Amino acid sequence: MVLCLGVICLVSSAVLAGVYALTKEPIEAAAAAKTNNAITQVVPEFDGEPELASIEADGQTYEYYVVRKGGEVAGYAITAAATGFGGPVSVMVGVTADGIVYNTSVLSQSETPGLGAKCTEPAFADQFRNLDPAQTKLAVTKDGGDIDAITASTITSRAYVNAVNNALAVYKAITDGTAPDAASGASEAAEECQSQETK
Amino acid sequence: MGKFKLITKGLVKENPTFVLLLGMCPTLATTTSAINGMGMGLATLFVLVLSNMAISATAPYIPDKVRIPAYIVIIAAFVTVLQFIMQAYTPAMYETLGLFIPLIVVNCIVLGRAEAYANKNSVIDSACDGLGIGLGFTMSLTILGLVREILGSGSVFGFKFIAGDGILAFVLAPGAFLALAYLIVIFRKVTKMD
Repeated sequence: MVLCLGVICLVSSAVLAGVYALTKEPIEAAAAAKTNNAITQVVPEFDGEPELASIEADGQTYEYYVVRKGGEVAGYAITAAATGFGGPVSVMVGVTADGIVYNTSVLSQSETPGLGAKCTEPAFADQFRNLDPAQTKLAVTKDGGDIDAITASTITSRAYVNAVNNALAVYKAITDGTAPDAASGASEAAEECQSQETK
Repeated sequence: MGKFKLITKGLVKENPTFVLLLGMCPTLATTTSAINGMGMGLATLFVLVLSNMAISATAPYIPDKVRIPAYIVIIAAFVTVLQFIMQAYTPAMYETLGLFIPLIVVNCIVLGRAEAYANKNSVIDSACDGLGIGLGFTMSLTILGLVREILGSGSVFGFKFIAGDGILAFVLAPGAFLALAYLIVIFRKVTKMD
């Protein structure tokens, strides 16, 4: 009895180990292709390979990619997340060297299909194209900001905006070489959300 | 029973979704669009055929007392293999179905076929049974996904045919139950089971 189950487990794990070894490279390649794809989408034209770097901000380590054109920094692709309706909404935010949000791309989200999941569609996401954080108030209109929320999906829209705010805070940290202020846009927006929610 | 009959049995007479009502969790959760339903169906088909064959081949050597754990290990191994393959070659599909792939292990259909069919029949017959039930599952999930996609998002396999949204409720959980219930009624009427 024990022997039989033992043999089955042994054979199963051997098969799994084999398949794992075979698929390891394609899986890594697929993940890398996805990241590269997202990077090319969110930053202006660049040459060479994006460089992976990390920075500590708010006690958290953020990973970001630096892209260069002709040796000059062309922009940063920063990955940031915020809690949405169905889980974290992870967004890659491209910020140019002069602090303009070039474009954004959703890396992963588990929002409601047909409602919050529309945050990947241009109708909403294009609001973050060529956006100057100094000119635009990064919050949904309901919270007094300039971003139109997705109909019936305010929580997802807020999460998206918060993720962009987080990314901008990281951008600040990168350019200043200091950690972002605790009262930066991100946490302010989060507090506003909470006060709105309690009303 | 002929091999052909074994396969068609799963499509109509013992259709896992519309007649046996097994595996409701992935059925209701993944059929937000036709392509998702089809992906889930094909993933289950893959596991079902292989696990049926493996279980049919090993059943005579497995003591009765440990058969369920043994089956689960075999099924889990195939599901993990499938997960690796999907992650490597169809990353987009893996992302939408990701959470539900590991759940195939505990899908009643897979363990049900192992218990009810594979451990008593030959390897070839078990493979045909798995193929039939798997195709039946794929067909039902694709139809359910298609209905929900047409009504809920106004598109067919991702191609929009109306501007704007459909009836959102059909993409959400309540719509899944509604659409499934109506489809069962229609299926039974068409196949003259009542």
